[in-house]
Amino acid sequence: MSGPKKMRVDLALIAGMVAPKTRVLDIGCSDGALIDHLFRNLGCDARGLEIDMATVTLAVAHGLPVMQGDADSDLASYPDGAFDYVVLSRTLQAVEKPREVLRQMLRIGTHAIVSFPNFGHWTLRLQMLFTGRMPMTKNWSRMWYETPNIHPCTIRDFFDLCAADGYIVEEWLAADEEGARAPWRRWPALANLFGEQGLFLLRKA
Amino acid sequence: MDQTTARSETQHQSVTFAEGLTLDCGRHLGSLTIAYRTYGKLNAAKSNAILICHALTGDQYVAETNPETGKPGWWEQVVGPGRPVDTEKFFVICTNVLGGCMGTTGPRSQHDEHAGQPWGTDFPPVTINDMVRAQKRFIDHLEIGRLFAVVGGSMGGMQVLAWAALYPGQVFAAVPVAAAAYHSAQNIAFHEIGRQAIAADPDFWAGRYWEHGVTPARGLAVARMTAHITYVSEAALTRKFGRKLQDTARISALGDRFEVESYLQYQGSSFVRRFDANSYLTITRAMDLFDLSADYGGVLPSAFAGTKTRFLLVSFDSDWLFPTEQSRAIARALNHVAANVSFVEIKSDKGHDAFLLDEPDFHRTLRGFLAGCAEHAGLS
Repeated sequence: MSGPKKMRVDLALIAGMVAPKTRVLDIGCSDGALIDHLFRNLGCDARGLEIDMATVTLAVAHGLPVMQGDADSDLASYPDGAFDYVVLSRTLQAVEKPREVLRQMLRIGTHAIVSFPNFGHWTLRLQMLFTGRMPMTKNWSRMWYETPNIHPCTIRDFFDLCAADGYIVEEWLAADEEGARAPWRRWPALANLFGEQGLFLLRKA
Repeated sequence: MDQTTARSETQHQSVTFAEGLTLDCGRHLGSLTIAYRTYGKLNAAKSNAILICHALTGDQYVAETNPETGKPGWWEQVVGPGRPVDTEKFFVICTNVLGGCMGTTGPRSQHDEHAGQPWGTDFPPVTINDMVRAQKRFIDHLEIGRLFAVVGGSMGGMQVLAWAALYPGQVFAAVPVAAAAYHSAQNIAFHEIGRQAIAADPDFWAGRYWEHGVTPARGLAVARMTAHITYVSEAALTRKFGRKLQDTARISALGDRFEVESYLQYQGSSFVRRFDANSYLTITRAMDLFDLSADYGGVLPSAFAGTKTRFLLVSFDSDWLFPTEQSRAIARALNHVAANVSFVEIKSDKGHDAFLLDEPDFHRTLRGFLAGCAEHAGLS
């Protein structure tokens, strides 16, 4: 079984939003660190969906219930309300149809937990302003022609989408690159400027 | 009730159920003999039993030398002490399928109505569900209330799916490998070539070959050769043989043979020594008839409604007989009922046969899945 290796800080923040003994689907679960944590420490029935086959094989070989699949095409096969939480961490910007994926998440789950790198961070804005080129940072580290992040958005953009589609933001926070909580929870405009990642807990209205 | 029956020259460990078995076709087998092998120890709670389901031409000799062929067990890389299905932790059971020719009731068994004669082609058609009901009778006989896992590849995977659908409460974990929820038109077509080859052999004698002291060896060998091509990938055949010639460097006469030809002929001839033609007809037909969703109004997810069983589906990317899409369709059907599913496609160029061969990624996956399930079942 997987050892007690330290979980990514942003995953720890996500885990903090999940109630014990609930049903969780982690989309883009990678090696399954989050679902392993949720099962072991919170007694959750946690499962994963991951697009990369080698990673899936690794996760299953660690005894974790993970299936190979794609957020864009596989969520449709789950029934309504199958999960209490559906998690999508650092993946929304890479899917083909983010709005549809979000809709599916809140169809099959009562809650959605979404994290994404914030394209509104001040370093990106400054780079764009002064160089006139697509910004490059640790979070946004690949050239525009090869980045998998085809749908970047800002924290404010995400608030707007939630409002447009009628999702209630139960909880939100901005975090720095390592995932540590940043202190701008009351002011979205500041969070949008200084937060490197946005993390949202949503439910349907 | 336990006994050792003489069938051909080999003695197979078996148990006979005098009440017989009623089949899907409506007919009743007067008595049911199940030939089996077990490995490892059943724990006091009887909670560590794993049933292995064998494929079309497999048998109960999973993890030991096969007494008929003298060759290693067909899944020794997967089942045994320290193996992915670890016989030091689990009690492993394998039975010869209904309709088989290794000791379980089949076309070579004694006819219900004609004493002293085998069933031959009179043997009633059986289904995958019938095979599973026969296995269930045996598991009940062992007084095992719930199997920790049912594992099998190809036709064995069909049995795993049937187990999960028929007895969901009695299967904690299910592992269908290189399997499908139905036999495709292409699968049926290849089987039909094999059956026609057997029927066309003059030694077939309309299925009563034993009366003439012969077996339809040529027909059965052709059936096996055709089937064998479907078990391997083009890449694997190329890697193994390419266009290499037997005994010569280049074609000098039309009589020269390619290595792949003699390989196939060897596959065919070694098969006829161990397999009964009427069994081959019976079991290929059972596979062709398999369509899990047909029993559930054509809706595959309904076969698994409310299931608590944990599933692992495994496919191989070069398998064109039971391609990945078939496993993915099962995974999606299981998603429909919010079942607990793991699903991986293993990279291999060995085709359908990969499930029987040395595939470390597959073996790691299976081992890890069983370990995870053992934890959830409170076994470890």
